[in-house]
Amino acid sequence: MGLNDPQWGKNNNGGPPDLEELLRKLNQKIASMMGGKGSGSGNSGGNTPSPQTSAGIGLIAIIITLVWLGSGIYIVDESQRGVVLRFGKKVEVTQAGPHWHMPFPIEAVEIVNLSHVRTVAVGYRDNVKNKRLKESLMLTDDENIIDIQFAVQYFLKDPSDYLFNNRSPDRNVRQAAETAIRQVVGKNKMDFVLYEGREQIADSATQLIQEILDRYKSGILISKLTMQNAQPPEQVQAAFDDAVKAGQDLERLKNEGQAYANDVIPRASGTAARVIQESQGYKERVIANAEGDASRFTQVLVEYQKAPAVTRDRMYLDMMQEVMSNVSKVMVDQKNGNSLLYLPLDKLMESSRSVGSRLPSSVTSQSIDNAAQRAKDSLLSRQRGGR
Amino acid sequence: MNKKLSATLIVLAVALIALSMSTFVVDQREKAIVFRLGEVVSVKTEPGLYFKLPLVHNVRYFDARILTLDAVDPERFITAEKKNVMVDSFIKWRIVDVKQYYVSVGGDEARARTRLSQTVNSSMREEFGKRTIHEVVSGERDQIMDVLRAKTDLDARKIGVEVLDVRLKRVDFPLEISDSVYRRMDAERKRVANELRASGAADGEKIKADADKQREVILANAYRDAQKTKGEGDAKAAAIYASAFGKNKEFYAFYRSLEAYKQSFRDKNDVMVIDPSSDFFKYLKDSGGKRR
Repeated sequence: MGLNDPQWGKNNNGGPPDLEELLRKLNQKIASMMGGKGSGSGNSGGNTPSPQTSAGIGLIAIIITLVWLGSGIYIVDESQRGVVLRFGKKVEVTQAGPHWHMPFPIEAVEIVNLSHVRTVAVGYRDNVKNKRLKESLMLTDDENIIDIQFAVQYFLKDPSDYLFNNRSPDRNVRQAAETAIRQVVGKNKMDFVLYEGREQIADSATQLIQEILDRYKSGILISKLTMQNAQPPEQVQAAFDDAVKAGQDLERLKNEGQAYANDVIPRASGTAARVIQESQGYKERVIANAEGDASRFTQVLVEYQKAPAVTRDRMYLDMMQEVMSNVSKVMVDQKNGNSLLYLPLDKLMESSRSVGSRLPSSVTSQSIDNAAQRAKDSLLSRQRGGR
Repeated sequence: MNKKLSATLIVLAVALIALSMSTFVVDQREKAIVFRLGEVVSVKTEPGLYFKLPLVHNVRYFDARILTLDAVDPERFITAEKKNVMVDSFIKWRIVDVKQYYVSVGGDEARARTRLSQTVNSSMREEFGKRTIHEVVSGERDQIMDVLRAKTDLDARKIGVEVLDVRLKRVDFPLEISDSVYRRMDAERKRVANELRASGAADGEKIKADADKQREVILANAYRDAQKTKGEGDAKAAAIYASAFGKNKEFYAFYRSLEAYKQSFRDKNDVMVIDPSSDFFKYLKDSGGKRR
């Protein structure tokens, strides 16, 4: 009897007492009805109550038969399929809805949930942290050990295959998954499994698991294989992390170099542009200067050639005037005194430098000693004041 | 009447009992052997309802589904290069010849399992001994499984069993070797890390050096171009000067000297000690301008 018709089971179990009571009541009613008529005859033939009893028994039989037949009713849910067995032999697979099968012991129904997605975890239980190292550690092609956790989701595609072909169909999935993943991982290099090849590993493992399960006709369809984790074992995790970090260091060092280059080269280009512009400027300047100088000279020359002597003298005197009015002068008339003349040139220069414009611009030889003395005094007092 | 009723009930009950004793059902999942007083009379492989003689015939049922023999603990095997590996496998098997199965192992599943696992183990020992670890783990895994299946199946047929599949699950190193594998992996990763870091440093340095080189080249080229431009300027200026000043060399010397004097004495700091007898002062003492 199916799981989904407990009311039938209950009726069967709880039926007999209820029925008995019911029947007794019925019996009594029938008896009283018949008794009305038969009370007269009942007295005449006291030991023949057979009609009542046989009718009662007939009724009981009918009811029992009805209940028995009713026990064959079952309901199949949308997500389920019912597999009907007649004397142990599969006769049909029923779809969703109410159905009836011939009651026990002729037929029986087994109801299987098809669309319910089942999950098997390999390498862990319930939670990824709850590892099963025996399942999760495996060898790769390059004889390295890696740690893989994954989950396989599956549902049933054929209810009768699922029911009849394997003793423990659900355990098949775990076994197939374990052997398949190891076979696939064993054919690949560790770096491939850990990094770029994850999807591919999952795909080929799924395919292999399905192949194995189909070979056992288990009626199971793998819907998805999810890689929860593919990593190096804990013992070497630190070294692997460091290698990943090293990869980032490599990028960082390259970027630093690039940053340096990006800083230095544009600066150098700037400097170069400046140097070239400056040289252009220099060239323009030098040429312009030369042109100017040449033009000035040529113009003066034209005038000079008209009156050479006069122009020459004038130019000479102009120059001398300009020179004389600018410089500090010491005139020494050697013819007037033959004694050795002391000229404190250094003092003079010093004073002229410090006093500057306050000093009279022309000093004669007569006043030179006084001037020097004054200058010296003022200088000293100034220095003192400064200190 | 009552007696009649009870009599029919009894007859009915006896009939039912007799019927149930003379029929049996073979389920979809089962196969059955019918014995007559211990002697096998027939084998029922198809599911359905069958008849038998009550008391004389009795029936034994066997599982017709695919059964699994999953080793609890991994076994240790030695490969061609004398390395130990721990191998874990499972066997998928099914009873095909029920009579044979009953005769050889007495229908006892435990005995059948023992027999199967012994066969598999011995053929595994043989196959692993021929191969290296690498072949076992990756290269010839499929072949090994095929060979094991074929060999085990051949032997299992003797006990009425078909071996559908022998599959290797774990092929791992024993614990003590695992540790050395971890050490090797560790060292290998360190090597990779160092390599990455070193090549990163090298690449960075190369880029920097290249940048420095480019800077030097750019600056040098700029200097060269600048000097060239300046030279052009200088040359042109010299040509202009030469063409202008060449017109009267003597006057140029005079003109240029005057200019130079002006430039040289332009400051109060320049002290000039003058002899009044110089030409400039010729009118200072004598309005006639006569020389003394």
